[in-house]
Amino acid sequence: MSENVLQVDNLQVRYGGIEAVRGISFNVKAGEIVTLIGANGAGKSSTLRAISGLVRPGGGSIIFEGEDISGKNPTHIVSKGLMMVPEGRKIFPNLTVLENLKIGAYLRKDELEEDIAKVYEYFPRLKERSWQEGGTLSGGEQQMLAVGRALMGRPKLLMMDEPSLGLAPIVVQGIFEIIKQINSAGTTVLLIEQNANMALHVAHRAYVIENGKISMEGTGAELLNDEKVRAAYLGSTNK
Amino acid sequence: MKQKKKSFSAVIGISVLLLFVILLENISALIPGLPQVFQPTSPLFTVLKKAAVYSLVAVSMNLLNGFTGLFSLGQAGFMLLGAYTYAILMVPADQKEQVYYLFGGCAFDSSLMDVLGKLFGTSGAGGAVSMILSCLIALILAGCVAGVFAYLIGIPVLRLKSDYLAIATLGFAEILRAIFQWQKLGKVTNGANMIKGFPTFSSFNITNSSGQIVLRLSTFVPFLIVSLCIVLIVLLINSSYGRAFKSVRDDEVAAEAMGINLFRHKMLSFVISSFFAGVGGALFAMYVANAQAKAFTSVMTYEILLIVVIGGIGSVSGSVLATFLYVACSEWWLRFLDSEQYIGGFKVPLLRNGFRMVIFSIVIMVIVLFFSQGIMGSNEINIGALLNRFKKKERKQ
Repeated sequence: MSENVLQVDNLQVRYGGIEAVRGISFNVKAGEIVTLIGANGAGKSSTLRAISGLVRPGGGSIIFEGEDISGKNPTHIVSKGLMMVPEGRKIFPNLTVLENLKIGAYLRKDELEEDIAKVYEYFPRLKERSWQEGGTLSGGEQQMLAVGRALMGRPKLLMMDEPSLGLAPIVVQGIFEIIKQINSAGTTVLLIEQNANMALHVAHRAYVIENGKISMEGTGAELLNDEKVRAAYLGSTNK
Repeated sequence: MKQKKKSFSAVIGISVLLLFVILLENISALIPGLPQVFQPTSPLFTVLKKAAVYSLVAVSMNLLNGFTGLFSLGQAGFMLLGAYTYAILMVPADQKEQVYYLFGGCAFDSSLMDVLGKLFGTSGAGGAVSMILSCLIALILAGCVAGVFAYLIGIPVLRLKSDYLAIATLGFAEILRAIFQWQKLGKVTNGANMIKGFPTFSSFNITNSSGQIVLRLSTFVPFLIVSLCIVLIVLLINSSYGRAFKSVRDDEVAAEAMGINLFRHKMLSFVISSFFAGVGGALFAMYVANAQAKAFTSVMTYEILLIVVIGGIGSVSGSVLATFLYVACSEWWLRFLDSEQYIGGFKVPLLRNGFRMVIFSIVIMVIVLFFSQGIMGSNEINIGALLNRFKKKERKQ
């Protein structure tokens, strides 16, 4: 259980002249839920995009299961078992729910029936709507679809970029329940969140990102009780 | 199981259509005294042939624009490549002198048909075999040449997005047109003159020894080839590749995050679309019985784009339906508007040369206004569903 699935060392990401991520290091161990929390523009999403290969890192290393994947193309990274649920869900609006799910398993050539059944088990709502076009789903259902689509790739590490974005609190709670279930079924999860309260409650360990750097780390419970975190992210202060 | 039943009924449907076309072509010979419409010279057959050819090009453009989301305007260029490939390969040796008289003969001595003729003979059944085989090979090569050029031009231009891609491909098509009219290439392309003398659709009519037509197949042949090609495209669209194309169209970032290699899939779609545009170009050359660079202008691309938009971007059956309507309107149904008409002694006002285009444009505007997604949107014609609805209605009554 203590083996590092993902080891990020001194990762840097630049967009033109702007440094979005300035040397972040963290690790994710097998079976964990790890969360990166931080405000808008702290560099959370850029970190994730660099890990999944959507942007080229400016420096540092990303070791996934013993292989340095920094700068590799997304196809290679996905085929190694690292799937992402993109920010803002980004489901395919003109494909049906079922087609969306099948795209998630695009790099796999074996049978999909079992995985589809599994996703439908997590999200019975998707089964009801399997012939509906993705764009006609509600926000919460779209998030379910995005998570289900990523699960279709049988990820070893599932990365989620702000799954709570723009969803009602009750829906968010449901999504986080599912994240816990997915994790206890054996999938390691790297979660990126602004909703620190929810994220810290489900996470085993957490890192706080500020201005492109890690400013704090600890277990979920530790950070929940930390004064500074409470002040900055949980809104329970009198500034 | 369901899929099998579906494809089975599709095969039946297409066979029935093809048989119907043969019957339609030959009905005037079977039953004398039919109205002019059924005679071989009727515009009906011109429309059917041209629409069959155009529908292939429209569907190939739809594969690119509608299913992969790449806004390319190079279709006429790839058609030109196909048409010239077919024409150059198929001009028989004894015609070359006459066709290339300005340039003192052609760079190649014999045609594909002559080569195969040596194998199978040049007359009777052997001649038929060598002609059909050489036509098929030339059509496939026409597609391949277009595909290879698409690959080469795709390497730089597929990195461009939307409008820029459209401009680049449009420019590419125009450059090709200029190159093929270049006099220095005259020994191959016949310069700005047309290449003719190669087998056309009417070469497929079966004649007896005295040259009389026994069985007409000149409309059937394009229908057969085009339906085969469209079936291939539909199979591709319904495969996992097709799904990947659609996902690239819907959201490039998400598709990439799912591990889909954007460039590779765009290239695949571009090359396949161009392949079928090349085959379509060769068929077009067969339809007009000549190949001339002048014909493959950007206006032709716009015409096809218009058909795709009217039919519904992302609908194969929409494109086919729209092609037949479009070609029938422009070649046949609205022709009467171009000449002065009299009802009794009354001269109908406004009707004169060019008025057809006015009405035609208005029709198109009305379609675009009332069917903003095209006739079919992104749906397909589903005969099974239509029948079911019909049955339900009957039951209600």
